[in-house]
Amino acid sequence: MNKIMYSGAEILIKSLLKEGVKQVFGYPGGVVLPLYDALYLQDDIKHYLVRHEQAAVHAAEGYARVSGRAGVAIVTSGPGACNTVTGLANAYYDGTPLVLITGQVNSSLIGGDAFQEADVVGITRSCCKHNYLVKDVKDLAKTVQEAFYIATTGKKGPVVIDIPVDIFNAKHTFTYPKNVELIGYNPNYKGHPLQIQKALNTLYEAKRPVIISGGGVVASNSHGELKEIATRLSIPVVHTLMGTGTYSDYLENGLGMMGMHGNYCANLTVSNADVIFAIGTRFSDRITGCLKKFARDAQVIHVDIDPCSISKNVKANIPIVGDIKNVLSAMLHQMDKDKHEVNTELKDKWLAEIEEWKKKKAIPQKLSDKLSAVTVLRTIYEYTKKDEPVVSTEVGQHQMWTAQNFKFNKPRKFITSGGLGTMGFGFPAAMGAYLALNSKDKYVLNIAGDGSIQMNIQEMMTCMDYKFKVINCIINNGYLGMVRQWQEKIYNGHYSQTKISSPDFVKLAESYGALGIRVTKEEEIIPALKQAIEFDGAVMIDFVCENFEMVYPWVLAGKPIDNVLLSEEDC
Amino acid sequence: MSSNININQSKCHTISVLVSNEVGVLSRIADLFSGRGYNIESLTVAPTADSIYSRITIVTQGDDATIEQICKQLNRLIPVIKVANLSMGEAIEYEIGLIKVFVNDENRAEFMNIVSQAGANIMDVTDKTYTVKIDGDEKRVKTFSELVRPFGIKEFVRSGKVAITKGNWFSNFKKTKE
Repeated sequence: MNKIMYSGAEILIKSLLKEGVKQVFGYPGGVVLPLYDALYLQDDIKHYLVRHEQAAVHAAEGYARVSGRAGVAIVTSGPGACNTVTGLANAYYDGTPLVLITGQVNSSLIGGDAFQEADVVGITRSCCKHNYLVKDVKDLAKTVQEAFYIATTGKKGPVVIDIPVDIFNAKHTFTYPKNVELIGYNPNYKGHPLQIQKALNTLYEAKRPVIISGGGVVASNSHGELKEIATRLSIPVVHTLMGTGTYSDYLENGLGMMGMHGNYCANLTVSNADVIFAIGTRFSDRITGCLKKFARDAQVIHVDIDPCSISKNVKANIPIVGDIKNVLSAMLHQMDKDKHEVNTELKDKWLAEIEEWKKKKAIPQKLSDKLSAVTVLRTIYEYTKKDEPVVSTEVGQHQMWTAQNFKFNKPRKFITSGGLGTMGFGFPAAMGAYLALNSKDKYVLNIAGDGSIQMNIQEMMTCMDYKFKVINCIINNGYLGMVRQWQEKIYNGHYSQTKISSPDFVKLAESYGALGIRVTKEEEIIPALKQAIEFDGAVMIDFVCENFEMVYPWVLAGKPIDNVLLSEEDC
Repeated sequence: MSSNININQSKCHTISVLVSNEVGVLSRIADLFSGRGYNIESLTVAPTADSIYSRITIVTQGDDATIEQICKQLNRLIPVIKVANLSMGEAIEYEIGLIKVFVNDENRAEFMNIVSQAGANIMDVTDKTYTVKIDGDEKRVKTFSELVRPFGIKEFVRSGKVAITKGNWFSNFKKTKE
């Protein structure tokens, strides 16, 4: 039979199309020239040219977080690939599905220190879920399929495919395998029925139960099931930073975020619970505080698809390994059979106790005549909430203030770097998020600090090229605020290298052809937002804020999480 | 009711890992151990009866929680097919030690006596040195090396441990299709 031969580059594009990929972020270079030539000759996949490879990966992550599908990025060998490491580590930590294609030098040159050669498989090994070096063009289609399968199943994550230039040029027929066969990779999707029953019995008996909802609830799209369980058993819900939006902040028993900068009430509820039902969370140190003192008297039920997350930091009394959606559905199904009646008297007593804690809140500071960051963010939230925009953040004080002051009732609306804490993540992620929204009328808010925005500020041009409507709200306080905050309290006010200068953001925006607005007074906030939303393109709003505002509530690192500082006086 | 992981006694465990026999799998495992701060006492690798798989035997140290994490983390690697902690059940553990020792006319007879008593084999002889092989479990290899230490050990090479379960208990991969 006379079969058509394709180049490796064409096979790659065909495989990506088979996986439903329509958009990729990337940056060309020497060894990916054959691939970029093949991209040039087709119209099915649109390539978005970024200004730095790190941004390509963050953008792909933003795209994946909003769409729920794997994001794709393409970069060249050596420096191109090395620049993606932070993006990969970020996606690996936060469990975002990504496939990164990296070019590699010619197979015959590998190991010989060729120009722009780097051991990409070696470098990325510990910051991605899996990686491949394609050594034969006949394996290419199968490798792409496996990569997407691994990236989007189990605990999701990034997968790297390193492809030497000769593989892009080599010819082969194209057949996409029907199924993936990986004997060493079988994520466990169904929770154990006995464990599920045990968990339910424990929840029925609980006097002071609480649910901790983590990023896994977003990844598995199980916010609906979560809400039903919480409502039917009348259990209050707190969420982690990554779990933002999984349980509506508008609901009565939604206690908001817990952890280092979580609500007083959320932290106290977890500390005093007798049963903790943890769903899709790694129990990171940012939510447990002092591990020894975390939930000392609580029974812990822990559901996660990744067995490694269970009993890693907090010992689970009832571990359930499985896909959250399956496990929660099975629980609901079993609840129908059990017909358990909630002891309202007990629950009311617990909820009344929580009501008392709800009254204790951080009081916004008024340190000077300058804008308060908290006021700015509250105003942005109130003004934009009707549009339900996707909100991304960079990392630092502004990130925590956003998490504290924005309310979400849907997942995939709050895009932030949780595990790795990557400054420079928010802006490119917002571009990817905007692309995933697939609607010209929408906009994405990127809440940034004056430090963070300067880490990937070059992407302004990408935004303008493709008319990505990203509104950068820069909380400009002249410092690397979160580090400064620690220095103020823990390092005797030695502001070592945390005072940071910035360009004139308005002029900078204008030089990109974008809109730049400076806001220094409260009454200017809303007109600026209005103008920004109406503008057709990217915007930078420079909110000139008070320099020394602190993020409260605050639990100092290593302290128990009920040790919440609410204001200066508590310190 | 205690929800935190107890720091209990650190013990040696022998972990048997069945992997796909592919490039880089050993680095993935070595990286996992170094990246997460786990300890490797010894490590051996060789293909199994079916050469598309390899068997890696790792001796590591840690408390129960650490060993549990090590097994889980190993399982998370894509080319890893099966992980078995052989220290959980009964297993035959075996290693080889090759020792080169200085021997002179005065202590030759004493040395030969130790070698034959211990059941070691002489592999090579020169006018100044004897190279002997001792095999068996770790304790046997260690004891022998202690016995000959006073003669002056010039070189001591250990194979690291290989192990297999006893009886009807398997740590093998059973193909599900078939």
